[in-house]
Amino acid sequence: MLFLIFAMLTVAGAVAAMSLRNLVHSVLALTVAFAGLAAVYLQLGAQFVGLAQILVYIGAVAILIVFAVLLTRDSEASPLAIVGSWKGSGVVALAIFGILAWAVDHSAASRQSVLPQPEATMQQIGNALMLRFALPLEIIGLLLTVALIGAVTIAMREKKEMR
Amino acid sequence: MGETADQLFVTLQHWLVGYAPASLRSILSALLSVIAILVVFALLFAITTVLERKGLGRIQNRYGPNRVGPFGFLQPIADGIKSLTKEDIVPRAADKVVHFLAPVVLVIAAFSLYAVLPIGRNMVLANLDAGVLFFFAISSVMELTIFMAGWSSRNKYSLLGAMRAIAQMISYEVPLILAAVTVIMATGSLSTVTIVERQAGYTGILPHWFVFTPWGFAGFVLFMIAATAESNRSPFDLPEGESEIIAGYYTEYSGFKFALFFLGEYLGMFAISGLGITLFLGGWAAPLSFLTWIPSYLWFFAKLLVMISAFIWVRGTLPRLRMDQLMNFAWRFMLPMALLNLVTAGVWRFLPQGLLRWFVCALLVVVPYVLLGRGLAQGWRLEKRVYRFAE
Repeated sequence: MLFLIFAMLTVAGAVAAMSLRNLVHSVLALTVAFAGLAAVYLQLGAQFVGLAQILVYIGAVAILIVFAVLLTRDSEASPLAIVGSWKGSGVVALAIFGILAWAVDHSAASRQSVLPQPEATMQQIGNALMLRFALPLEIIGLLLTVALIGAVTIAMREKKEMR
Repeated sequence: MGETADQLFVTLQHWLVGYAPASLRSILSALLSVIAILVVFALLFAITTVLERKGLGRIQNRYGPNRVGPFGFLQPIADGIKSLTKEDIVPRAADKVVHFLAPVVLVIAAFSLYAVLPIGRNMVLANLDAGVLFFFAISSVMELTIFMAGWSSRNKYSLLGAMRAIAQMISYEVPLILAAVTVIMATGSLSTVTIVERQAGYTGILPHWFVFTPWGFAGFVLFMIAATAESNRSPFDLPEGESEIIAGYYTEYSGFKFALFFLGEYLGMFAISGLGITLFLGGWAAPLSFLTWIPSYLWFFAKLLVMISAFIWVRGTLPRLRMDQLMNFAWRFMLPMALLNLVTAGVWRFLPQGLLRWFVCALLVVVPYVLLGRGLAQGWRLEKRVYRFAE
């Protein structure tokens, strides 16, 4: 029951994000979709993932998109050029849905009739991240730092050229 | 006797819930806690507005409100009636739906912060495994509502205020979370209840609060500075700098919606002070071992009131920062200090107990502070200010 509400919220948010004409409205609708997804995670008992979803996607990603929208173009006058090829995009969407559905149906997880409730406490997640997956975590951290420095360098160079 | 008074509200809740049919009990118990939080913190908001206006008045050598009720303490009722009866003006160009939603979502988010704050012994609405993470996740939602308010008003001052607020809140969120991480490292838990439990116990008469360790002290100071910035209070009140951009993101709000913004802001301030109390000041624990007979929730609110007075004091004392000063302070001072403080907390954890540990960790806090402060102040030259256009 709760899952249905959250799923509807997520889908409605996503649909609104695609169809609204005002770009900022789209971002806000996208936030609703993110929140719905977080609620689904929380309902499934994945506290860490759900709260991280809120923190990262609503707190950071949504605000980043908002900044990008506001700083790059006029959010008022955006004559949304809806791509004419409905048929082509529909076929692509259906194909992707079909492949995903097939993959989920044939995966190992769906064969068990009753799934064992995964018991992942915060401490277990922390231990796994710090011990077993320490190297991937470090590499991701390094990658993000490189991306950050790269972004700053690109922005600074543009500023110099403008002068 | 002390035990009864301490658990008074918990027993009351159990007694009330006992009358309900078994299927409704969990809902009713949650509902009662929610109502209690709503009433108590809304009341605290009312009291704080008077205290703040009177305190600021005293600091600025005037009286402050003193007409409604004894010593002006019924002023919030008059204010409430005024804001309820005021016309609710929405600009014609405004985005009506978003304009309406912004204050509502802000207040909902602000109230839900209290779900994880342990107000007293056994007095927490939801003892989440990831309580601190929940707190930060919800407070990041508040940033988005501020953007909604600023953008939907279709006013350049509102938009400027919102942009300022978001830039400031994102910048100060980093040191805020890093300062809180030290405590999480020390306790090994994200649950607020566990964090309070780990600070229980006394050496002699002194408590084992984290603020009484070198890293805890530095962390507490960093946390409270960042908390001041997060709650957009002076000296970090650029988002609503009234001399520059009228009232920032809530310029176009009037009547009760304005009151809701006011409420949301104060609730955010109380909640983040409450988190500071939970993380560093032992939560609801008594400050001295012979004072444990006083109920735990009274200690929590006493600490909260001390924090609020400090906020008022700071607001009345410090001038507003400039935007570049604000950003420099966050990224060049707060962030390195917070990162070094993480190292200090780790060193503290692995050194054997004793004076050496105190000495090394105190050095690790004080030396970077002095060097960083000196280093950043090098470019400063305090001179007579030259005005380009005004003279």
